[in-house]
Amino acid sequence: MSVQELEKPRSPRPAGLGPVGWLRWGWRTLTSMRTALILLFLLALGSVPGSVVPQRGVEPDKVAALYEQNPTLAEWYDRFQLFEVFGSAWFAAVYLLLFASLVGCIVPRTATYLRELRRKPPAAPKRPARLPHSATFDGELTVEQAARRLRRMRFRVATGDGWVSAEKGYLRETGNLFFHVALLGILVAIGAGSLFGYRGNVLVVEGDGFANTVAAYDRFTPGSQVSAESLEPFSFQLADLKVSYQVTGDRKGQVLDYSAHLKVNDSPEAPARDYQLKVNEPLDVDGTQSYLIGNGYAPVFRVTDGKGQVAFEGPVPCLIEDKNTMTSGCVVKAPDAQPEQLGFLLRFLPTSVPLTDGSHASAFPGELNPEVQVLGAFSGDLGVRSGRPQSVYELAPPEVMKKLNPLLMASDTPKPLAVGQSVDLPGGVGKIEFIGVKEWITLQTAYDPGRVPALAAGGTAVVAIALSLMIRRRRVFVRIDAGKVEVGGLTRTEGSAAAFAEEFTDIVKVLAAGEKDVR
Amino acid sequence: MSAEQLAELSDLFVVAAVLLYLVAMIGFAIELAFGRARPGVAERSADGPLGAKKPVTVGAAAGDGEQGRDAATGLPADHVDAGGAAASEDDDGAVAAGGVAASQGDGGAPPSRAVARAGTAALALAWLGWAANLGAIATRGLAADRWPWGNMYEFVVAICFAAVTAFLVTQLRANVRFLGSFVMVTVALGLGLAVKAFYTTAGPVVPALDSYWIAIHVSAAIVASGLFIIAGVSGVLYLLRGDGLSRLPARADLERVAHRAIVLAFPVWTFAVIAGALWADRAWGRYWGWDPKEVWAFITWVAYAAYLHARVTAGWRGRSATIVQLVAFGCLLFNLIGVNIFFDGLHSYADVD
Ligand code: HEM
Repeated sequence: MSVQELEKPRSPRPAGLGPVGWLRWGWRTLTSMRTALILLFLLALGSVPGSVVPQRGVEPDKVAALYEQNPTLAEWYDRFQLFEVFGSAWFAAVYLLLFASLVGCIVPRTATYLRELRRKPPAAPKRPARLPHSATFDGELTVEQAARRLRRMRFRVATGDGWVSAEKGYLRETGNLFFHVALLGILVAIGAGSLFGYRGNVLVVEGDGFANTVAAYDRFTPGSQVSAESLEPFSFQLADLKVSYQVTGDRKGQVLDYSAHLKVNDSPEAPARDYQLKVNEPLDVDGTQSYLIGNGYAPVFRVTDGKGQVAFEGPVPCLIEDKNTMTSGCVVKAPDAQPEQLGFLLRFLPTSVPLTDGSHASAFPGELNPEVQVLGAFSGDLGVRSGRPQSVYELAPPEVMKKLNPLLMASDTPKPLAVGQSVDLPGGVGKIEFIGVKEWITLQTAYDPGRVPALAAGGTAVVAIALSLMIRRRRVFVRIDAGKVEVGGLTRTEGSAAAFAEEFTDIVKVLAAGEKDVR
Repeated sequence: MSAEQLAELSDLFVVAAVLLYLVAMIGFAIELAFGRARPGVAERSADGPLGAKKPVTVGAAAGDGEQGRDAATGLPADHVDAGGAAASEDDDGAVAAGGVAASQGDGGAPPSRAVARAGTAALALAWLGWAANLGAIATRGLAADRWPWGNMYEFVVAICFAAVTAFLVTQLRANVRFLGSFVMVTVALGLGLAVKAFYTTAGPVVPALDSYWIAIHVSAAIVASGLFIIAGVSGVLYLLRGDGLSRLPARADLERVAHRAIVLAFPVWTFAVIAGALWADRAWGRYWGWDPKEVWAFITWVAYAAYLHARVTAGWRGRSATIVQLVAFGCLLFNLIGVNIFFDGLHSYADVD
């Protein structure tokens, strides 16, 4: 399509037209280049808040924090759907209009293109030498020879009485059309993925297993067309997690590698296989992929109650408080303890070192000298059985905390516990023992049936846009009159006449050279 | 050589590159300042809209007088009635394959030899600076034993290298020396910023970056950014210079350089974004998640697509399209620098404090 064809004057406003006229005007306006341009701007502009305002899908905690700090602003944001810009009605309006405009643009262009493909190049003008690129020379050239030489240069050729016209570079338009169609394809693939795909997050402690069911996830976000039965029935056990760190230099403590050793059953009947799960190397079970996205420590504790019975024993996953040293905060709840329930707030130090003021801190994220500080021990009703959902990372909600009976505070136990050590609670109500260290990983499992089609469409888009932008559409005309040859050329592509100049001189050279010089 | 020595050598190379670029800038500036003034619009517009024919006289646009090559194209001169096509072969091959036409002929007095020599020397210095820049990247990679674009410092150094490469390679095929001083000052500032604001010692990267994808995705982004810088420099000059006679390059030339660069860069950028999505699919379990970096890569892409559309929309060529291009360039820079500093997302590997 040439530039002039695109530069159609804006359709005049219909004066006194009926609804059909208005519709036609509306469609023509929508599919105009200027509208496409404006919609592209709007699309870019509309994306900006998506990076400035925290997004629910990306940073839900920040959204929650904003609600706490500035509820009025948060409500206004919410009113304009700014917490989910890319799923908002107004963003959808922009891209749907854009794609409507795109369809309205592609369909007629495809029709034109197909017609052009079948048409022969137009007859040569009377005076090709008047074209932007031209040359004349004297020679024995016949129409047939010229046509043959042009064909050999992969031109499409038409001939007539004393003239040859030739054209090439149709791939440009092909590329352009494929590019725009591929964009539509990407949109459809993304849409399909969000309808038929799901995503789930889960935390797994070393030694524990996981089976891919909705109930096993800590958080599960399905597309609207996903049913619980459709989940790929694989399972695995986390045998071991290895994390290696840089130990010297000023990047000491930086993670070098994570490797989680899994024993995977691809289906309930399948035999277990070993898999090393790493960052950038997800576990793929028939298109359902599981990714290693986080890790941390789960120290193992044993709580003995006032009656001498074990009220709790096992690993507790701790929340990371400082990523550089992996200092982590842990909560142990023993609602079964007798005579009173017990709860503990602890801090885990993977590499505990004493500081000059007598306190302790972690100096390295690796597990070199693991110790646990008891920050607080409490007795009383933890509210675990109140029926209200509770976080495993929080001992109790503030109103329940107030009613608990503090037994120990951090100042009572200045020296942290090493593995194997324990602390007795005052009044003989029990004790807590630090008996070992495990690690946990967080996994994200994702199933997205749109990802392969999206990739195919994306790959097409890249190839097609390269063709569309690199290839020149050009025509060459030859008129032969009594031994005088006039050659003219023009490129139908904006912005590339300059580069065509060189090619044109080569073409003239080939035309002028005798048959023997042309291979 | 030990890793520390290599790292030190890399730092020295960067300083050398900055100095060489600055001296080259002065050379180019002398050539520009003491050369001839140019009209706002190039006289011979081989690039005009389709079918717009301009009378072309052979040799009229014969270069800067330094290298006015013969218009002959290999054919015996009497066989070729050199029309537009042949004529565009002069100007130091200005219109040649690079596709960047630099028609500077306005019939003024030819510049002195000293001035021309300053330009040639500047070009040699720019090549030296380029080599130092390359050395800096290579030694850094050897010192850290990985691809040398794992953090913002390395990324900016590589982009400056890409921009200079784009400029010098274009210069091999077409005369774009008029851009020299502006490209040089831009990359010198870029490297200076990298050293002053983003410097980090050479070392390993976090596991997420330890992947062959960095070679694919980041390299493509670097190549595209380098080309976009050339376009951006041309765009700024376009707006700075008026329509009249000026020592700055002609508007039509600037526009052509910008368009060529973007036409090359856009598919590469598209590829970089898609390769990034592939990597995200491997690393984070989704190919697109509207992480701030992804948002701005998308905005940049849409903005450059808008530029390409603006070029073919009635009434948008020239000034308006240039403004669109510069807005897109602004988005690119913001994504490069702003996003790393102002937002924290999955892409926050920049290692800047
Ligand atoms: C919705 C309406 C759209 C219309 C009417 C439209 C129309 C066009 C036309 C006519 C061209 C040809 C220009 C030429 O051959 O030089 C073109 C090229 C292009 N379009 Fe679109 N397009 C639309 C949407 C889009 C979208 C959504 C994108 C991507 C964001 C896009 C990206 C491009 C690119 C990159 C080019 C290449 C420009 C060039 O060839 O110089 N288009 N478009």
